[in-house]
Amino acid sequence: MSWPLLILLAAGSYGLKALGVTALGSVVERRLGPVVSLLPAALFSALIVVMTFEAAGELVLDSRVAGVAVGAVAAWRKAPLLVVVAVAMAVTAGLRLLV
Amino acid sequence: MKGRTGPYWRDCVVVSLAVGVIGVTFGVFADAAGFDLAQIVVMSALVFTGASQFAAVGVIDDGGSGGAAVGSALLLAVRNALYGPVVRRALPVGLAGRLGAAHFVIDETTAMAVAQTDHRHASGAFWFTAVTLWLCWNAGSVAGAVLGAVMGSPEAWGLDAAFPAIFVALLAPHVRTPAGRTSALVAAAVALGAVPVTASGIPILLAVSALIPAVFVQRRQPPTGPGADRGSRDPGSAP
Repeated sequence: MSWPLLILLAAGSYGLKALGVTALGSVVERRLGPVVSLLPAALFSALIVVMTFEAAGELVLDSRVAGVAVGAVAAWRKAPLLVVVAVAMAVTAGLRLLV
Repeated sequence: MKGRTGPYWRDCVVVSLAVGVIGVTFGVFADAAGFDLAQIVVMSALVFTGASQFAAVGVIDDGGSGGAAVGSALLLAVRNALYGPVVRRALPVGLAGRLGAAHFVIDETTAMAVAQTDHRHASGAFWFTAVTLWLCWNAGSVAGAVLGAVMGSPEAWGLDAAFPAIFVALLAPHVRTPAGRTSALVAAAVALGAVPVTASGIPILLAVSALIPAVFVQRRQPPTGPGADRGSRDPGSAP
């Protein structure tokens, strides 16, 4: 990748973030108000789905799913984040060793 | 109504260390795709959005054009614009402060900030995550680029399950109300439906449509929980 394109990518990435905390942020705050509090649930839930089930643009069921499920149980039982991450990785890695 | 328990810095460190390891894999990948060290350093420091960086390098690695690489990376970065309204309350109030903080508005910093039940901790969690994560991501990228494939496949370590699990834990405080649960469930369904038929980055944007049924549910229920609290427009409650 050429340097000008790399700088364009950096500028574009920053521009989107800056737009969010300035213009978009104030418009959304004014128009939607308290509804914004429901946005993290939607964004993070979709992010989890993509990170758990997506591979190369397709939906796949692999060892990740089992690891994330066990991690979710740990999170639900109020386990520390380190434990949540450790069990998710251990289950996924363990299944990959077996399969 | 509890969010994440315990001091937030512990969770921030866990997230940042995991990001650091992903940074190593990014450095290895970018190096293998033909990026030189200076480009990898600048990219991790200034683009500072993992998913976009992986996408850009992936396109180049597949023989795609630089323009296509920038396009798919920026498409993935659009969601950072959506995090702006969500995390605004944890950021400095003035324009200069907001523009300075903007660089650090990504998945992890937003999630850590809004997972705090106590507003006074949202700003601290945002900045602590921002600084530790930026350092870990950049140190990891450089280490990966310099050392090469020393750690083997990240999949063998189950690293790809670490991040969805982290976000499940950080999602928990947002699904304690019927409206929050509606928002999360509809968004998950929309994203599942969208993944096979849209480009990378689009499913998460389409998932915003989950707000419509969620608002409908919220209007039928008296708002409670950390989300409702955060929705307060009382300027005195802003950190």
